[in-house]
Amino acid sequence: MTAKELIARAEQEDVSLGALSLEIESEHGGNLETSLEKFETMLQVMEAEVENALSSPVCSVSGLTGGDGYLYEKYRTAGLSLQGEIPSLATAYALSASETNAAMGRIVACPTAGSCGIVPACVLAVARICRIPRPRILYALACAGLVGMLIDEHASLAGAEGGCQAECGSAAAMAAAAVTEMMGGRPEASFHAAAMAIKNQLGLVCDPVAGLVEIPCIKRNVGGVSIALSSADMALAGIKSRIPFDDAVEAMNRVGHALPAALRETALGGLATTEAGKAMKEKVFGK
Amino acid sequence: MGLFDIMGPVMIGPSSSHTAGAARLGRLVRQLIGGDIKKVDMYLHGSFAATYRGHGTDKALLAGILDLLPSDERLRDSFRLAKEAGIEYAFIPTDLGEDAHPNTVKFVVTTASGAVHTVIGASIGGGQVLIQEIDSLHVRFTGERPIIICRHEDHPGVISGITTLLYEARINIGNMNVNRDRTRDTHTAQMYIEIDSIPPDGLEYHIRCIRGILDAMILLPIRE
Repeated sequence: MTAKELIARAEQEDVSLGALSLEIESEHGGNLETSLEKFETMLQVMEAEVENALSSPVCSVSGLTGGDGYLYEKYRTAGLSLQGEIPSLATAYALSASETNAAMGRIVACPTAGSCGIVPACVLAVARICRIPRPRILYALACAGLVGMLIDEHASLAGAEGGCQAECGSAAAMAAAAVTEMMGGRPEASFHAAAMAIKNQLGLVCDPVAGLVEIPCIKRNVGGVSIALSSADMALAGIKSRIPFDDAVEAMNRVGHALPAALRETALGGLATTEAGKAMKEKVFGK
Repeated sequence: MGLFDIMGPVMIGPSSSHTAGAARLGRLVRQLIGGDIKKVDMYLHGSFAATYRGHGTDKALLAGILDLLPSDERLRDSFRLAKEAGIEYAFIPTDLGEDAHPNTVKFVVTTASGAVHTVIGASIGGGQVLIQEIDSLHVRFTGERPIIICRHEDHPGVISGITTLLYEARINIGNMNVNRDRTRDTHTAQMYIEIDSIPPDGLEYHIRCIRGILDAMILLPIRE
């Protein structure tokens, strides 16, 4: 499958990418009703995870991170955020989901656990502020999944293979497409949004401190949210990615292969091997 | 990957391989052994040995042994739950050799009746798992499709006995592997067969009745 083919098919059948995604799932043995039920279950878990770490501090298992969602939410609800209503709410949501993950809470991997905050933060913040009806949220999640399937087919969704661009980069692309669709963008616009999100995270390395899904993963989820929302915003304004989605993914694949192993989830490079990073590793696991 | 491999699973964090996969692996071992587990020693290899505490891999493995799903929030409390269930456990970092997948666990399980079973398996990414060895029998069991494993006398006709039974039950074979047992001077071989559908009751018994079959076991897909 390519984005080019999917855009043509969606336009021909006059359906959204979310609807097309569910159609493709049905062609592979699923059925519409069950798929929508699965997305409804996921949506409920997402709704809980994006709020979980905001009303009181939630701490990770290692003790290295926690409490940032709570801090940000106090600041945001005091009306101090520099960002608009949607990006600031999405920032809080992404921190909450990622901190919940690090604290062994229940989350939806989308596409991975480490990048689990980006899609729900973007989709739920936009849905809440813009009062999007529930069925459209479910279709937006299906649209996100379709974008993820394309990246999986032509590049990778695993940090160990493609670096963080494969995880947070893919999640941002999925979120950008989903938000664009939810706000009435055409399929082509969704893929422009996704392409712009990928271009902005191309080459991002995976360098987790102590090998744990915490530092810098939690804040990279926030970075992914900013990129996803600005990409969707541009696409909705009619801006096109000069590099089409399929080409951006192909570049992502080549860049992923070019990354040295030290920067692909092995915790042997980047932030993981800074003085602070090494000290935190020692604190958790000893020398 | 399909739509619901990308979106999902619903799981307890923080890592699909180190937490969700670990829970799934523990649960697969539990289902292989049956319910009456008294003691379990878990030998952790590679990345599991290095980072198991920070990822909650230990809690997740034990939660699986207690039959909890990877999405069950009680996973965090598995140490306490195991104690309440009277199950002894230990986590032992070890080196299972260069060929072992970085996220491999060797489970040594003692049942209430005193039997000891050894199962080796790995969490191979995205929450997927692979059982590689059950009581020194080599297998490739992912918990998704049923497999038949057996040890048999190494002479003609034994395999066709099994495939005939499968044909009669209209069961398709997806994958099969036969290995001569080189480590022993016993003229035996072992085999695993991955099949595409759930076998009828009694198939395991009928396989055991084939002349030359020394032992046979059918493993069913993991219930989620």
